[in-house]
Amino acid sequence: MSDHAADQVPVLECRNLCISYYTRAGEIPAVVDFNLKLMPGEAHGIVGESGCGKSTVALAIMQYMGKNGAIVGGEILFEGRDMRQMSEEELRRIRGSRIAMVYQEPMASLNPSMTIGDQLAEVPIYHDGLSEREALARAEEMLAKVRLPDPKRILASYPHQISGGQQQRVVIAMALLSNPKLLLLDEPTTALDVTVEAGIVELINEIAEEFGTSMIYISHNLGLILETCDRLTVMYSGEAVEVGDIHDVFDEMRHPYTRGLFGSIPLPGADKNAHPLAAIPGQLPLPHERPEGCNFGPRCTFFRDGLCNVGRLPMHAVPGDDDHKVRCERFQEIDWDRDLPKGEAKPPVEAGDTVLSVENMTKHYLIEDGGLFVGGSERVVKANEKLSFTAREAETVAIVGESGCGKSTFAKVLMGLEDATDGKVMLGTVELGDLPVERRNAETISKLQMVFQNPFDTLNPSHSVGSQIARVIRKFGVASKDEEVEEIVFRLLDTVKLPRDFAKRKPRQLSGGQKQRVGIARAFAGNPKVVIADEPVSALDVSVQAAVTELLMDIQRENRTTMLFISHDLSVVRYLADRVVVMYLGRIMEQGTTEEIFAPPYHPYTEALLAAVPIADTRIEKRHIVLKGEIPSPTNPPRGCPFSTRCPYMMPGTCDAELPPLRSFGEGHRILCHLDPAELAAMEPVIKPKVEAAE
Amino acid sequence: MAVTEIPSGPSVLDRLSKPKPVAVLVLLMWLPLMAYVMFGQAIGGEARAVLLPAIPATLMLYVLGIRAFRESRVAVIGLTLVFFWLLMAVSAPYLPLMDPNKPIAPFTTPFTERNDLFFWLGTDFKGRDMLSRMIWGCQRVLVWGVTATMVAYVVGAMFGLISGYLAGWWDEIISFVANVLLSFPVMVLFIVILNYLGPSGFNIVVAVTFASAPAIMRIVRGLALDIKTRDYVYAAQTRGEHPLYIMIFELLPNVRGPIIVDACLRLGYTTVAITTLTFLGLGLQPPDPDWGLMIRESAKTAMLWKFSYMLLVPALAVSSLILGFNLMADGLREMSLRD
Repeated sequence: MSDHAADQVPVLECRNLCISYYTRAGEIPAVVDFNLKLMPGEAHGIVGESGCGKSTVALAIMQYMGKNGAIVGGEILFEGRDMRQMSEEELRRIRGSRIAMVYQEPMASLNPSMTIGDQLAEVPIYHDGLSEREALARAEEMLAKVRLPDPKRILASYPHQISGGQQQRVVIAMALLSNPKLLLLDEPTTALDVTVEAGIVELINEIAEEFGTSMIYISHNLGLILETCDRLTVMYSGEAVEVGDIHDVFDEMRHPYTRGLFGSIPLPGADKNAHPLAAIPGQLPLPHERPEGCNFGPRCTFFRDGLCNVGRLPMHAVPGDDDHKVRCERFQEIDWDRDLPKGEAKPPVEAGDTVLSVENMTKHYLIEDGGLFVGGSERVVKANEKLSFTAREAETVAIVGESGCGKSTFAKVLMGLEDATDGKVMLGTVELGDLPVERRNAETISKLQMVFQNPFDTLNPSHSVGSQIARVIRKFGVASKDEEVEEIVFRLLDTVKLPRDFAKRKPRQLSGGQKQRVGIARAFAGNPKVVIADEPVSALDVSVQAAVTELLMDIQRENRTTMLFISHDLSVVRYLADRVVVMYLGRIMEQGTTEEIFAPPYHPYTEALLAAVPIADTRIEKRHIVLKGEIPSPTNPPRGCPFSTRCPYMMPGTCDAELPPLRSFGEGHRILCHLDPAELAAMEPVIKPKVEAAE
Repeated sequence: MAVTEIPSGPSVLDRLSKPKPVAVLVLLMWLPLMAYVMFGQAIGGEARAVLLPAIPATLMLYVLGIRAFRESRVAVIGLTLVFFWLLMAVSAPYLPLMDPNKPIAPFTTPFTERNDLFFWLGTDFKGRDMLSRMIWGCQRVLVWGVTATMVAYVVGAMFGLISGYLAGWWDEIISFVANVLLSFPVMVLFIVILNYLGPSGFNIVVAVTFASAPAIMRIVRGLALDIKTRDYVYAAQTRGEHPLYIMIFELLPNVRGPIIVDACLRLGYTTVAITTLTFLGLGLQPPDPDWGLMIRESAKTAMLWKFSYMLLVPALAVSSLILGFNLMADGLREMSLRD
């Protein structure tokens, strides 16, 4: 077996690859000394945070560097031939036919002015010289292979007429049309919802089996890599720091950075009180400010002067496993079982009285389809239907759901940007549902603040950080004298662990994580009672996510703030929420404490969500449930149960006709489902520890 | 990264409230020039004294400008052209020039001597020195052109912000009016307005505003529509800020970039428009020198090849100024794309 493998020519081999970009500041090395060997049929993952050079590697493999990038050293062998020696003409023939690439944004990879059929047919017409009829036939066949329903209709549609998940399937079909040897996937599911992502991941795995295509899968998500790849390269700041078989790297990681990464993602078992996350201290160095020696040195707890900061570090093979290599000088001295990164355990916080109560809150939008003349038809978009839940002091309530589930609308009603159509929203004794923000007094407004999702959008780029926080302080009447305001600004910066002189900086001088910290400081400037955090960490890098999450929890703990944590990421939710509300198409499908939500009985949608979230832990066994179809549009929700179109337990005649009853399981745990309570209770857990067969 | 440093020195809020030196220099240059050109006669005999602070201010601004734009050769050339004319404008009364309105020796061709005087660029049909008229002529084009563009921007940006941010009925009404105005050919609009109001500098400002503001409003509206969906605007709304505050402090500073580039281009258009209007006899009135006027007055004489310089001199002057504005716009765009 191993002899056979040795005989095979690798599909792709990168040897000592060095890539640089040329900018005004001079040459910036983006990737240094990168090695990779990809055998036929193998899937290789590249993991790293933004700016680590993983996409640059993909572009270099395509020999598509743009005019300011260049490969400055090493070689890229495709089926044994150096691509750097190939002529433009040869490269053109290889690209798209032997090597295909799938990008992150499906809409950006498709031409909006051509039908999907025409775009797909181009590939075989160009590369294989087929006639248009044959090419279309082949395209249709391929669409069926990527599990798209009704390929004929999709061939005739334009990209904007199909959903994001379908678009990504079309892009994958296009990549596969010429039967490539190598498929490069650059974050192919990052822009998609989790349940849709699960479908794409399943598809990618099927492709690997059916076509025998070798794959390079680039992602920041360790869980996804575990589900799709055989081997893994962990990159940090332009260098591969650890390479090996996926199970070796996951179970016996030998680089402090890799372990730091695992320490900062909420795996099952992490808990905000007993086992908090351990963030990697410090920040990713800028490409032109990399330290001497080990790039991870300044952030590493095992750093030793004179050893780690000297010269260029080579990759060392881990003894007993030639395939597992690591770029660390001290990996044999470190006790990998003992010195685990550990956050400080904290006592749990007792929840207080009810602060926020939502009762049958309903929000409908009217959309008029009229043109210039009145009399067009009216449609109702039911963004929120009869939401009811409560949140107590110092408690974290997570609102979970995918796009279109109505969580943003709910936030808008709460913040007073929209009026509730019906029902009650009580903050203490103040009714907020029909009180727009203009009519709220400063006290009410300051009690309810928000942390936003996108760090690049949350601060006004034209004003300094200090003045933006100061504005909130004045606006809410916390202080009005210049000195006092400044003092509070400084204190808030201290709280979010930013240096005080950041007050003078403009947002563009801050990194994403730092901006998000400022956003948090701004939200807490008016001593709020309730903070709505709308996916506050989902746009941040993994190692920064942990730090920001911990910060948010600490401030909440200290101020006894109630937090509504809006997210689609169930692993984060499991980690930090006390109670969870699961929403789908404007309705609450299930709510209960975190333990109740993550254990049976489940709502079928919760079950699917849990199964869809990739978990970066080899010791966990997970049931696979892939939902069919896409999330229906809220303008045209299904009759009966909103989930009935995708539910694996769908009972025709019942689920698609009537709204399900709300079933209660113990105190506060409620499920909106037609299924019999006994049937719900008999569900198997989605996630359970793997039974070790060997032991 | 040093995290523990605590800054000393002036407080953050102090620094924020301090005016920027560039703004002071711009005012020092612009206000005297505007006062001189618009109200020179009212000030009387020693009017030129007001221009004294403007000369060093212009030179310093030029140096600062070159330093800021040094990355883009195009921008430096544009800046040089524009500042050449600005310097001419502020220093014209101090330059050893002949009286631009005094007939000396008609039909003197360039580089000849007549009556013991050397004429670099010759004289026109009335015998007035072309060099002197060309240099004096830039004052009015610059002052009225820039003023008109600025007013158009204030009006256009205001309506653009209202229309983009408040949307709804505001948007419908403003956009409708803008569309109606845009549907007129620009020249027709100018001629109608100036015929109705009478030719004068202030009325040119009105006319240019009517013609340019709708286009500016559309640009600002588009930018505002984009920016109002940003989280920081959402944050301002949720802390109960007044729409006016949001428009001025949250939106306006962020539409600045694209607008500055457009403003440089539009300065060029306005210069063309003002010159054309003067040429048509609808703009600034004789006898004071003005490029459009120079072209108008010498148009017939310049039919003769020998006297074509009478047309070429002001035409080249206008072109160089417009080219300067356009190159500046190009350079600014180039630099903004680079970061």
